[in-house]
Amino acid sequence: MSETMDDLSTIRSETLAAVAAATDARALDAARVAALGKNGRVTGLMKTLGALPPDERKAFGQTVNTLKDEIAAALDARKADIDRASLAARLEAERLDVSLPVRPERMGTLHPIGQTIDEICAVFGEMGFVWAEGPDIEDDWHNFEALNFPPDHPARQMQDTFFLPPRADGMPMVLRTHTSPVQARTMLDKRVQKMLADGGSLRVIVPGRTFRTDSDQTHTPMFHQVEGLVIDRTTHMGHLKGCLTDFCRAFFEVDDVPVRFRPSYFPFTEPSAEVDIGCSWKGGELRIGAGDSWLEILGSGMVHPNVLRHCGLDPEIYQGFAFGMGIERVAMLKYGVPDLRTFFDSDLRWLRHYGFSALDVPSLTGGLSR
Amino acid sequence: MKFTLSWLKEHLDTTASVAEIQRTLTMLGLEVESVEDRAAKLEGFITAHVLEAVQHPNADKLRVCKVDTGSGIVQVVCGAPNARTGMKGVFAPSGAHIPGTGLDLKPSKIRGVDSNGMLCSERELELSEDHAGIIDLPADTPIGLPAARVLGIDDPVIEIKVTPNRADALGVLGIARDLEAAGLGRRKQPDVAKVPGTYKSPVRWTHGYDVKPGVSCPIVVGRHFRNVKNGPSPAWLQQRLRAIGLRPISALVDITNLVTFDLNRPLHVFDADKIAGDLVMRQATPGETVLALDGRTYTLDETMAVIADSKAVHGIGGIMGGEDSGVSETTTNVFLEVAYFDPIAVSAAGRKLAIQSDARYRFERGVDPESVWWGAEVAARLILELCGGETSELVSSGIMPAWQRSYSLRPERARTLGGADVPAAAQLDILRKLGFGPSGEGPWSVAVPSWRPDVVGEADLVEEVVRVHGYDNVPAVSMPRETATSRPVRTPEQRRVPTARRALAVRGLTEAVTSSFTHSVLADLFGGVGDDLKVLNPIASELDVMRPSILPNLLQACGRNEARGLKDPALFEVGPQYKDATPTGQRSIAAGVRYGKGQPRAWTGPERPVDAFDAKADALAVLAAIGAPTDNLVAQPKAPAWYHPGRSGALVLGDRPLAYFGEVHPDVLAKLDLRGPAAAFEVFLDAAPPAKARPSKARPALKLSPFQPLERDFAFIVDGTIPADTLVRAARGADRAMITAAQVFDVYAGKGVPDGKKSVALSVTIQPAEKTLTDEEIEAISQKVVAQVAKQAGGVLRG
Repeated sequence: MSETMDDLSTIRSETLAAVAAATDARALDAARVAALGKNGRVTGLMKTLGALPPDERKAFGQTVNTLKDEIAAALDARKADIDRASLAARLEAERLDVSLPVRPERMGTLHPIGQTIDEICAVFGEMGFVWAEGPDIEDDWHNFEALNFPPDHPARQMQDTFFLPPRADGMPMVLRTHTSPVQARTMLDKRVQKMLADGGSLRVIVPGRTFRTDSDQTHTPMFHQVEGLVIDRTTHMGHLKGCLTDFCRAFFEVDDVPVRFRPSYFPFTEPSAEVDIGCSWKGGELRIGAGDSWLEILGSGMVHPNVLRHCGLDPEIYQGFAFGMGIERVAMLKYGVPDLRTFFDSDLRWLRHYGFSALDVPSLTGGLSR
Repeated sequence: MKFTLSWLKEHLDTTASVAEIQRTLTMLGLEVESVEDRAAKLEGFITAHVLEAVQHPNADKLRVCKVDTGSGIVQVVCGAPNARTGMKGVFAPSGAHIPGTGLDLKPSKIRGVDSNGMLCSERELELSEDHAGIIDLPADTPIGLPAARVLGIDDPVIEIKVTPNRADALGVLGIARDLEAAGLGRRKQPDVAKVPGTYKSPVRWTHGYDVKPGVSCPIVVGRHFRNVKNGPSPAWLQQRLRAIGLRPISALVDITNLVTFDLNRPLHVFDADKIAGDLVMRQATPGETVLALDGRTYTLDETMAVIADSKAVHGIGGIMGGEDSGVSETTTNVFLEVAYFDPIAVSAAGRKLAIQSDARYRFERGVDPESVWWGAEVAARLILELCGGETSELVSSGIMPAWQRSYSLRPERARTLGGADVPAAAQLDILRKLGFGPSGEGPWSVAVPSWRPDVVGEADLVEEVVRVHGYDNVPAVSMPRETATSRPVRTPEQRRVPTARRALAVRGLTEAVTSSFTHSVLADLFGGVGDDLKVLNPIASELDVMRPSILPNLLQACGRNEARGLKDPALFEVGPQYKDATPTGQRSIAAGVRYGKGQPRAWTGPERPVDAFDAKADALAVLAAIGAPTDNLVAQPKAPAWYHPGRSGALVLGDRPLAYFGEVHPDVLAKLDLRGPAAAFEVFLDAAPPAKARPSKARPALKLSPFQPLERDFAFIVDGTIPADTLVRAARGADRAMITAAQVFDVYAGKGVPDGKKSVALSVTIQPAEKTLTDEEIEAISQKVVAQVAKQAGGVLRG
């Protein structure tokens, strides 16, 4: 018996020493197998249990079980130690140079023309305008005749208008010199005429490409305009002023920018008005807002009775206003782009500098621009 | 149109300041472009008396002058040959800035003699190019006066921009009329009283055609002058013309210019001794030539009006007179032409001949037809006054065009159209001051004056009233809201454009906007264009057609960026391309080019060039963003000729291509002088079917299976030409209820795979719907996959 006890204490001390000495999972497992494995020493003790007299068996069994638990606990504790140490060693080894760049990926940018169109749409959209469009290649009737351009008007002369070969029916074909032909296309639309006859109100904006045979510092043969048209039975110059004043303030994001309406002349409006906004030039830098100077930004007027008539609307019943604005021009003013020609050069440096994030969707409540 | 303040005041009694006049003109629609204060640059320059001019002791060409400035006597060394004792001139004191040379005067010693200040030439004061000597003022000029006043340049020059409708404002008279209506003074009536002739004109007018409405010259008036003396015009007239940038020539010519700018009444004077017999107003005969006053010979045609005698053409009607019969210093007998020309005829002829002249500018905008009569009187008075001699009775030919007309004006239209509450009395006052003749109680019948050809209806009358009343006085009214909810600006189809733009920018492409034009040579590489898309008057020969594709422009842009050292450009554009000149020939395209490396050189992994799958991904991203049914698209090797024939495709829905993608054909790159590689795509934004209209915004109910999906991998050996998509579709279709996805995860050809064959590995997702599947059930589904792939693609499960 004492010999067995002696044995037990040797097994205990030797096994615990082996566990403590284990520095990795394999050594620890060897210690476990040596003690608790099929042929382990503690397992061996358990096997002797049956040979003992019944009165000793219980006490010895308890002692061996206690030893077994003690060794198991020691194994667990040692395993946790080894795991911790090996994780620490791994973490120590896993070092990144976090100053290295990320995998190459880039976000593109949006061109200021499209972004400016979206901004303009956001402002006019809030006033109930909807988008209308028409072709870049127009016939003479829509581009000029319908809009009350007399045949000898300078804009119809060769130096301003791009011509394409005439249509089979002899109709001269041009690249539209303004977005205004869409006024005629819209008013001639039977659904629009019915809507107006039912007492509705037409409010459209028409952004698009326009073309003139000009090419110098301030002119490119292709540029963009946005046209606006309001037709109903009661809209008058006061509404024109209110609409465009509200637009200028919202678009330039200057609450109190002075807006000036000056008499002018366009063949397709009567009365006509040129619209200026206040600005100042301090140290050569443009500031939009109250100042000592004015910037011309759009042309406007009450739709000429002849235009209404050409488009099948009775000027004794219907009236309204129209306006037109250069998109590059307002973009240049708002975003300080110095040279018109650079808009179409596709220089990546320019596009990234003056471009916009795809996530910046202009809206009046979400912010028109950053 | 330029004029001086003093000139304006000849027509308008006013105490208004220049600033007030400037503001009022602009708000009348006569936009002031500039106000030049010519006196400012001659600040400190005064008239002075040369008391003594003696030879410089050390220089042959210099004189030492004692100059009395009125406030002291200074010594000036002067190099002008005309400097002499007793003369009066313009003196610039030390410290003055000489505008003509840009120099600041300093006290100095010239060849050992003190000089304080300078006696100036006209060029030094920027009055003219004359630098032959110093200004020699009349002997009775008081000294010590500001030079600007004595030189007649002390009043500001105002330049206004006149819109094409306001021909009447091309004369100072018309400008004064507008200002009076706006309450800025009282207008003085010009003297148009008849000047009686003392003899019958030896030259008479005739017409070479029947005068009917629409002819190029309905009426012409003239008169003869004899024994005139055509010297230089007086200082006041020269100063006035110089102020507006005209060069004084001779009294007769200067008078015609004065009347042109003062009253918008162009005139022409002939040397009557150079005219053979009577003058005829007729159309030119084709090929007829004339040497015009600008020294150039013009060849005319039958659409142009000319003034001719029995031998030669002496002028192009309404545009320019002839050189041979022009007046000179020796002219003693003169014939004056006062004509009315049709604006359209003058405009057409002027454009054909490319002549710009003050006469053309006015006639093509519309001169007061009645001025043929009073213009002849005004001119006669001036000629007799400045050149002496005597004048004949008037001669004329033709008939006065019927300019008289009236329009009805409802007083309330100022409010209902113009948005301005203008009392009836104020409206009548405005109209009368502008020369209109309103009558009746309202609606008024308003007679339009002869000088306002632009006014052709009630809306024009409303504009006259409201513009003089002031646009500033029209209250602004915000647009009344029509609907409770904000309507979207764009329809779902129109929204595709901004959606495509943002989708592509997110994918790393940069948006460009390029020209709608391209070069015909490049267009031919991209399908070419018909004759209807050739620009007849291109701005440059390499922009001679409408683009049939956006790609040539984007590829060129990539090349420009590469040339600037900007690597791997990836550009897109959403814009039009043109198939024909009809409205439906224009399509909305999202196109893009990725150029160079798809994955640039980086420490994170190997670089690789762009390829067709970069472009396919872009195209699919656009299609997905705009709501096209991407699951139903089939990629077929059917891209057009500008793509690499083996590395490109079309994304097709049914038989409709929604997009092309692929590597750009090497020939195209070579023609564009690009090294490449380049991968491109073109998405037809209008080709995707419209989204189905839904009754509400609610989404369909979401059904989620409680059972885990499982994946089974298969590898098939198929013929090398079988598209992988065929296997995917076969696998997906093998059990529509259970198989929710099939994806290619490996494609291999080479060792271990027979020649001409390839191995395609698929991962198939099986989604149990009602219960967890048993091994047997899974095996059954797998067998269906194998069977379908075998059937549709000839695939054999790889051993």
